[in-house]
Amino acid sequence: MIEIKGLHKEFGKLEVLHNVNLSFQQGECIALIGPNGCGKTTLIKSILGMVIPGRGTILVKGQDIRKGVEYRRHIGYMPQIGRYPDNMSIGQVIDMIKEIRHSKETLDEELLEAFQLKKIFDKRMRTLSGGTTQKVSATLAFLFDPDVLILDEPTAGLDPLASEILKEKIISEKQKGKLILITSHLLSELDDLITHLIFMQDGKVHFHQSIEDLRKLTGEEKISKAIAQILKKSNNE
Amino acid sequence: MNRIIKFIVLDILRNKIVLIYTLLLAVLSWAVFSLEDNSTKGLLTLLNVILLTVPLVSIIFSTIYLYNSSEFIELLLSQPIQRSRIWWSLFFGLSISLIFSFIIGAGIPILLYAPGDVGLMMLMVGISITAVFVSLAFLGSVLTRDKAKGIGMAILLWLFFALMFDGLVLFLLFQLADYPIEKMMVGITALNPIDLGRILILLHLDVSAMMGYTGAIFKDFFGTFLGIIIAFIVLFLWIALPFWVSLRKFKRKDL
Amino acid sequence: MQVYSGIYKEGNLIITKSIYFEGIGLPVLDGQKKYEVLSVKANSVTICGFKIIRSGYATLNDPCGIKVYDSHHVNVINNTLYDNFFGIYLQYSKFCIIQNNSVTGLGVEEQQIGNGIHCWKSDSLQITANHVSGHRDGIYFEFVTNSVIWRNISEKNIRYGLHFMFSNSDSYISNVFKSNGAGVAVMFTHKVKMFNNTFSENWGDAAYGLMLKEITDSYILGNHFTKNTTGIYMEGTNRLLVEKNSFDANGWGMKIQASCMDNVITQNNFTGNTFDISTNGTLVLNTFNSNYWDKYEGYDLNRNKVGDVPYHPLSIFSVLVEKNPPAMLLFRSFMVDLLDKSEKFMPSLTPDNFIDQSPLMHSLQL
Repeated sequence: MIEIKGLHKEFGKLEVLHNVNLSFQQGECIALIGPNGCGKTTLIKSILGMVIPGRGTILVKGQDIRKGVEYRRHIGYMPQIGRYPDNMSIGQVIDMIKEIRHSKETLDEELLEAFQLKKIFDKRMRTLSGGTTQKVSATLAFLFDPDVLILDEPTAGLDPLASEILKEKIISEKQKGKLILITSHLLSELDDLITHLIFMQDGKVHFHQSIEDLRKLTGEEKISKAIAQILKKSNNE
Repeated sequence: MNRIIKFIVLDILRNKIVLIYTLLLAVLSWAVFSLEDNSTKGLLTLLNVILLTVPLVSIIFSTIYLYNSSEFIELLLSQPIQRSRIWWSLFFGLSISLIFSFIIGAGIPILLYAPGDVGLMMLMVGISITAVFVSLAFLGSVLTRDKAKGIGMAILLWLFFALMFDGLVLFLLFQLADYPIEKMMVGITALNPIDLGRILILLHLDVSAMMGYTGAIFKDFFGTFLGIIIAFIVLFLWIALPFWVSLRKFKRKDL
Repeated sequence: MQVYSGIYKEGNLIITKSIYFEGIGLPVLDGQKKYEVLSVKANSVTICGFKIIRSGYATLNDPCGIKVYDSHHVNVINNTLYDNFFGIYLQYSKFCIIQNNSVTGLGVEEQQIGNGIHCWKSDSLQITANHVSGHRDGIYFEFVTNSVIWRNISEKNIRYGLHFMFSNSDSYISNVFKSNGAGVAVMFTHKVKMFNNTFSENWGDAAYGLMLKEITDSYILGNHFTKNTTGIYMEGTNRLLVEKNSFDANGWGMKIQASCMDNVITQNNFTGNTFDISTNGTLVLNTFNSNYWDKYEGYDLNRNKVGDVPYHPLSIFSVLVEKNPPAMLLFRSFMVDLLDKSEKFMPSLTPDNFIDQSPLMHSLQL
């Protein structure tokens, strides 16, 4: 569904992405992990068109992202920090995005219900807590039933209950055959969700493997331990 | 596009600073007109308000709004919508709301107390100046990522156009007093939208002095219908050019 | 002698006897652009009720509608003069009355038209209730003494509404001078009285409501200066009393050059002027007191209707503009306002004795 070929990106002299080649398929749930500044945010932003790639191509559902913006119709994005115009209400924000997408398909209002946002539709964004704002962001990402979901630290700031709701939603979407791309620091949270893992370091893809392969390779059940083992190995080499 | 503008305008019009700005303009205008015994004196006081407050609020507010919207702009960018449309919508949203507050705050009293040439000119100039400084804010905030730097630049731009530019012109005038520089000076004022607006209003306000003394340069240029048209075209360029540059930059910007 | 209505193309008519020359039904005397129409060369002549048109055009001998040569007791009353080179011309004449005439020229350029009412080397004239327009100077006085100009309207003349030189001990009262190319000029004269006249809408680089040059011992009372580029321009004037005049909506209320001294400016209203006063020097030898200035921002605690703090009518910017006219471009800019405000608190560039010690809190009824 998403093909990334030979992606390079520099910010001034700093090279943040170096020859990234990745391919994501339908039904995968991929965790994108790595230390701060490893380039994972830049990678996501490149896919979303917020960062303009230096070299290389990105294809989403076969469309080159440089040729038009329509490909984004297939993507739902949940930012790490959501900030919305202070004086818009929740309802207005959702209406506005609806207007932009003017999608005629039926909306997926499952999260809207689950997070009980309809009750506070008239509240202004300025008055919301960080967690509630994240709920709005999550709702927007899933609302249009997109084929690709890109979630940047989705559970950060959410209370355990909401976090659980979101996870269940992710799992059910995965089972519907969607592609889900998650960045996260907290690996333990992802154990039961993900099918693939990408570890990035210094702008390069360190490894990209399915969880099964990873477990077989390391003999570890826990993902965090598996990663630790691989990193140790590569450091020793 | 119109739909996004609508949401942005609704957002800004409920902003506290914009409400205070509208209120401030209204209080000032009504006070000035009801305290002064003739409307000309009121207009003169308002002239300063318009030439100082309006640019200051327009540029600072727009700059802050743009920086605060950076995450929101990112979210919009993840939607199937072109970058230029987002930028245009923001520009129109900000301009329309600030012009709206100007008209509500200052425009209504001006038209009530001083209908006619001067009042109308003042309104037009106020509207143009608002848009010019919104446009400059767009340019400033696309140039630097850092919010503090951006606001600093906005204040500097305002200081430059409101104060330093005139100081420079005065300095030049006296340095070059022996040369025939009147015509050149008219050209130089076109480099400052605030000066341009001020002269347009003065030509209607201080008719005797402006038409008389340096009549040759003023009357022949700003006094004619063509001159007024040209002056407004220049003001329009002051709106269009900074925004156009900012749009080009924004299209290629990494967020 | 009576003349009935009709068009008379008689060439140059010369009156050499004392007659009462009356037109009935406004007969037209046409000079056909060749002749001086009426020449008066006798004493005690009255001309009334004629329409005199199209005098000759020449710059050497100045052909006129009516010209009075070396005569006394000549009255020119109730005539209409139209499209003449000079309108009414008096030279070496005494005790003449020019009254209720309408004098209209069709001048476009200064060189191609003469004056409306032109008086030269004369004495004891009365110029009353005439209407002059479209000439070079509306009313022209040179070496005319002991005369009065009263209730005339002089407008839209190419140069001056009234041009007044070397004419001592005259008065002009209740006249209206409006929209003339350069306003009114009064020069090289002493003991002239200017009462209750209106000077308005004289606009231009060198246009003055009233220009005074080398005037001494004169009295300017109760005049209205409205919408002129400069209300009064004074140069080399001494011992003038400027009292109870109204200066309204002028570019400059008064411009007083440094060559003026011992003038007293008192009990005038200065309202709505861009600049009230301007000067080119630093030495002030004139007195300002008890005027009303609408720009005065002082207070009156003891309620005697006189402001408790003195007023400095000279703004620093007017001084700057005097030195450098294009600086007018910066007028009412924030920087200039700052400059003016700071100068008001700490005068450094403007003469500190340029001051009205007793500014009035309310305008005078004038």
